[in-house]
Amino acid sequence: MRTYILKRLLLIIPTLLGAACLVFMIMRVIPGDVALLILGGDQGQIDQKQLVAMRKQLGLDQPLLVQFGTWLWGVLRFDFGKSLWTGQPVVEELLIRLPLSLELALLATLVSVAISIPLGMLAAIRQDTWVDYVIRVVSIGGLAVPSFWVGILCILLLVIFFGWGPPLEFTPPWVNPWANFQMMVWPVLTVGYRYAAVTTRMTRSTLLEVLREDYIRTAWAKGLRERAVVVRHALKNSMLPVITLIGTEFAFLIGGLVVTETVFTLNGVGRFVVDAVAHRDYPVVQALVFLTAFSFVIVNLLVDLTYAWFDPRIRYR
Amino acid sequence: MATNAPDYALEHATASAVLRPQPTATEAVVRFIRTKPLGAAGAFIILTMLFVAAFATALAPYDPYAADYAAQFARPSAEHWFGTDEFGRDLLSRIMYGARIALFVGFTASFAGCTIGALLGVISAYWGGRLDLILERVMDVLLAFPQLILALAIASILGPAVQNVVIAISIPIIPRAARVVRSTALSVKENVYVEAVQALGASRPRIVLQHIVPNVAAPYIIIVTAQLGGAILAEAALSYLGLGAAEPTPSWGLMLSGSAPSYAEKAPWIAIFPGIAISLGVFGFNLFGDSLRDALDPKLRRG
Repeated sequence: MRTYILKRLLLIIPTLLGAACLVFMIMRVIPGDVALLILGGDQGQIDQKQLVAMRKQLGLDQPLLVQFGTWLWGVLRFDFGKSLWTGQPVVEELLIRLPLSLELALLATLVSVAISIPLGMLAAIRQDTWVDYVIRVVSIGGLAVPSFWVGILCILLLVIFFGWGPPLEFTPPWVNPWANFQMMVWPVLTVGYRYAAVTTRMTRSTLLEVLREDYIRTAWAKGLRERAVVVRHALKNSMLPVITLIGTEFAFLIGGLVVTETVFTLNGVGRFVVDAVAHRDYPVVQALVFLTAFSFVIVNLLVDLTYAWFDPRIRYR
Repeated sequence: MATNAPDYALEHATASAVLRPQPTATEAVVRFIRTKPLGAAGAFIILTMLFVAAFATALAPYDPYAADYAAQFARPSAEHWFGTDEFGRDLLSRIMYGARIALFVGFTASFAGCTIGALLGVISAYWGGRLDLILERVMDVLLAFPQLILALAIASILGPAVQNVVIAISIPIIPRAARVVRSTALSVKENVYVEAVQALGASRPRIVLQHIVPNVAAPYIIIVTAQLGGAILAEAALSYLGLGAAEPTPSWGLMLSGSAPSYAEKAPWIAIFPGIAISLGVFGFNLFGDSLRDALDPKLRRG
């Protein structure tokens, strides 16, 4: 196990380095002059002195390689510079917003697992009956409905029928659980539903595969009851791909947070990305895009390690 | 000669009974509807959408850009089936024109992304060695970014315009297509017939184009349809966030953004109908894609 962990850890280094390189390239090399964009120069006349000063402030007067070195060194020290909009260090701004997004992500994952595993199981053991069809249509539908629209509908219903909008100020759960619940319940359901749709489909299909295995036939032949066959024998073995999926879906989740937080005007990390894009706050965009990639790579690493923990065969590959 | 004729006819009849005649187009359609009802429903939705998009000029009751301040926030009625928005523009007409943008972005982004990805996948698999290693690492890096975040970053640099949205959405598709096609191409490459044409002295481009590419067509088609729904959804999300088509373009995502939710009490239809259009369109592509995957590749059968 130890060599496997070491090998996987070494493998993420080139990926992260590449990600840092790509983010740098997107922001600096692709069209136009960032300083010009920030000053709004693509729209009209621009003061030449201001432009030079802005370039200097951003370090754009340095050679490209030096710029890349500075950025990489900053990344290593977790220093992403200052926001052009507020003048605060990016990491500080991020830490203010992180608790909300983490809570949203964790709760949405919990909700989706609680919905999707029983539903996926039900669809698999009742394959090709109306139960299966309903669950499949609902889960394909869940993938089709944009999460920002579900959010808008939630707000619409609440406002029209209850004359009530979710509170606007974030209260941490340890300060006032009820206020926190009131604010988070709709966003959590909005994100969780979409997430559940994906996991339900995966649970169904892997369980179907496992149910056709020989040892399941043996279990039936032994005269075990359905519950024992499905839960004790089949479900356990079908859970591995689902674990991977929960990990990869984490990426979807981050994307989902971007729009959901915007709909519910939650001041989280996703909204931070959107605001930074709108303000052309490039240091922030750069930092956040890199950090999402970073967290995604780490989550994938954890998933792989869990996988290896459950299935010893993987360690020897 | 005369005595031979009946024999020949008999033989022919037996042969055709054994070989079963090619089904006519109508028979094929009926068979498809009967065996894959969900896929047929998806195909029906897609065809309707294509029809509406193609004939939007003739079908739309109003000009989608024409503001009519006398009819602001009109309720859904006989004149305005889906009501009007804050400028008095007819929502039904705007949704019909919106189908054009959704389909254009969906098809071009998915085709561009999957084609580039598939080419890289085939090259990577066939050439192997160092090139394969480098391409694989590059794809790993691209896959480290969540699809929407990468699209968001690219769109924010390129600026809001329909063609930029296509680029922003197609780039994250590339590594996903490359991965799928590469793994198929790797197994195709090991076939004896590839070895045979190599022995015959065929050039590398010829082997790739004539003998490998046709055999990775199935996963390519599967991934194109699978990405279509996602691309339409991504376009809606980017437009909603203000990074897609700019006002007054009738893009479905854009119609939901900005002021739409703030008129919730006064005119909920502004926020309802464009959302239904997006969901229905993506739903159609997903249903069809699922059935197509089942039909083309029984090994990949999922969900």
